Amino acid sequence: MRALLRDRRAAFGVYVLATMAVLATAAPLVTTASPAAQHDVVTTRFLRPLAIDRERVLHPLGTDRFGRDVWTRLLYGARISLSVSALAVLLSVVLGVSVGAAAGFTGYGLGTVLLGVTDFALALPRVVLLLLLASLWRPSTTLVILVLGLTGWMTIARLVYGEVRALAVRPFVEGALALGARRSRVLWRHILPNAMTPVIVAAALGVGNAILLEAGLSFLGVGVQPPTASWGWSPARYSATPCATGWRRTAGDGDPVRAPVTPPTGAALPRRPRARLRM
Amino acid sequence: MLVALGRRAIAGLAVVAGVVILTFVLLLLAPGDPAERLLGPAATPGQLVSQRHALGLDRPRSAQLAAWVARTARGDWGTSIATGRPVRALLAEAWPATVRLVGLSLLLSYLVGLAVGAVQAARSGSRLDTALSVASVTLFAVPGYWLGLMLIMVFTYWARVLPSFGAAGLNADLLTGWPRVADQLRHLALPLTTLTLIGAGGAARFVRGAMLDVSTQPFVTTARAKGVSPVRVMLHHVLRNALVPILILLGLSLPALFSGAVFVEAVFAWPGVGRVLVDAVHARDYPVVLAATTLSAVLVVVGNFLADTLAAWVDPRMRRLDLPR
Repeated sequence: MRALLRDRRAAFGVYVLATMAVLATAAPLVTTASPAAQHDVVTTRFLRPLAIDRERVLHPLGTDRFGRDVWTRLLYGARISLSVSALAVLLSVVLGVSVGAAAGFTGYGLGTVLLGVTDFALALPRVVLLLLLASLWRPSTTLVILVLGLTGWMTIARLVYGEVRALAVRPFVEGALALGARRSRVLWRHILPNAMTPVIVAAALGVGNAILLEAGLSFLGVGVQPPTASWGWSPARYSATPCATGWRRTAGDGDPVRAPVTPPTGAALPRRPRARLRM
Repeated sequence: MLVALGRRAIAGLAVVAGVVILTFVLLLLAPGDPAERLLGPAATPGQLVSQRHALGLDRPRSAQLAAWVARTARGDWGTSIATGRPVRALLAEAWPATVRLVGLSLLLSYLVGLAVGAVQAARSGSRLDTALSVASVTLFAVPGYWLGLMLIMVFTYWARVLPSFGAAGLNADLLTGWPRVADQLRHLALPLTTLTLIGAGGAARFVRGAMLDVSTQPFVTTARAKGVSPVRVMLHHVLRNALVPILILLGLSLPALFSGAVFVEAVFAWPGVGRVLVDAVHARDYPVVLAATTLSAVLVVVGNFLADTLAAWVDPRMRRLDLPR
């Protein structure tokens, strides 16, 4: 962790991400309003940032067209966006590592089939597939997690496959097998722990990607359903009201804040001195 | 080279076939009965039975799949539930717009990416390199629909210089010659800029990395030692060799570009496949969604194939070996 924080770019990513996570967790403490509450819509809608409404409530980022506090929705949206993408990437990692390890450490037949499936899935435009699934099933938070997870494992599978193939011919694997260790144990204890570095990087990048896609799905109206706040939701609503309140598009739900967060974190990880091979 | 490309073409066809089968399986797995969805809640049991028969749903699954594949291969994608028009006609109108947008943005983003990446690699470690890195990572991480809305705000609402809606003005039919071209270019400007900026960010990162990789090779040192000018070393020795991985990435980045195009088309009401798809999803218009999915896969496969051909053309070594995957 200390090595991570010493890299300035990585430290920036870690701090922004940590701030967002802490604020999202502590949302009820940081703001008193409710993300879905609508009061007097006519007098409180489209308030500018730092405006104080008639009930003497301060809106640090203004309000949306239903008079809901944008700052509050930003915080509660972070809960959804961060947890959905984290769960989706977790699913991708489990799937990707399983497929990659199985393809890399088993015989030709199964390995070829699994690689073929991986390449096939890589060739599909992800958003198109997401939209197809969202149109066949009712959009819900669970569906978004499942769909993002099921369409994001291929890169990880490819990486794990490569690592496993490279590690399988190393002397320490041969040694472990010669000592009579079962193949599954060799894979689990000796090969996979050493193959994890690129997976961690890919997962960190994947979280950033999943946040963008989740927001994008919400933007198109097929993601997390209203009135639950998500980061993609607000800009969509503003784009539907093309009136003179242009500034509010910028207020969005804080997209620029989170955008560059995850990639630097991921990029910094491989620079850590690679943990000594565990044998 | 022909053998390798032929193999790639077969793999591409396999992907398309896989997509057709996948959409069929998803349709089977999806909750609800297609006949019910078509007829609505007011249908009588008798109507449902006859509709099922008309759709062929009472036949065995394997026969249904065979009929599905055959129909898809013939380009008969049924009738749109929402508009009542043949799906084929809907998509025939849409795909040129998508290809125009995606193709141009691919070209522009790689040209910009090559220029920026090459400058960064030549000046690596300098302030300029850092500044360009920050800019490209930021662009790479920004959501496309957000960047699109920002551009609309600046150029349409504030500056009032560019339109933000559709591919042609309301009076486009009355225009001829140059004014017509200018009108189309003005409509193309914002969506194209959005897609290009995002793509250029990623491309610049990759070009920089690939060129720095090549510039540590011994033959570059040799060229420098022979006294070849730095610009010539960069353009002739480094860039030429870095082009192969860049072209392969170009093929691999196509699916992402199509994904980005879906959002950008939705924001700018660009009349392409992405917009048809999003509208169809909202209208629960299954035949259109399935056909648009297949069409996107076909476009990606074709693009991939072109990128591979290009890579083989740039690098003579690739003509003999099987293309790296």
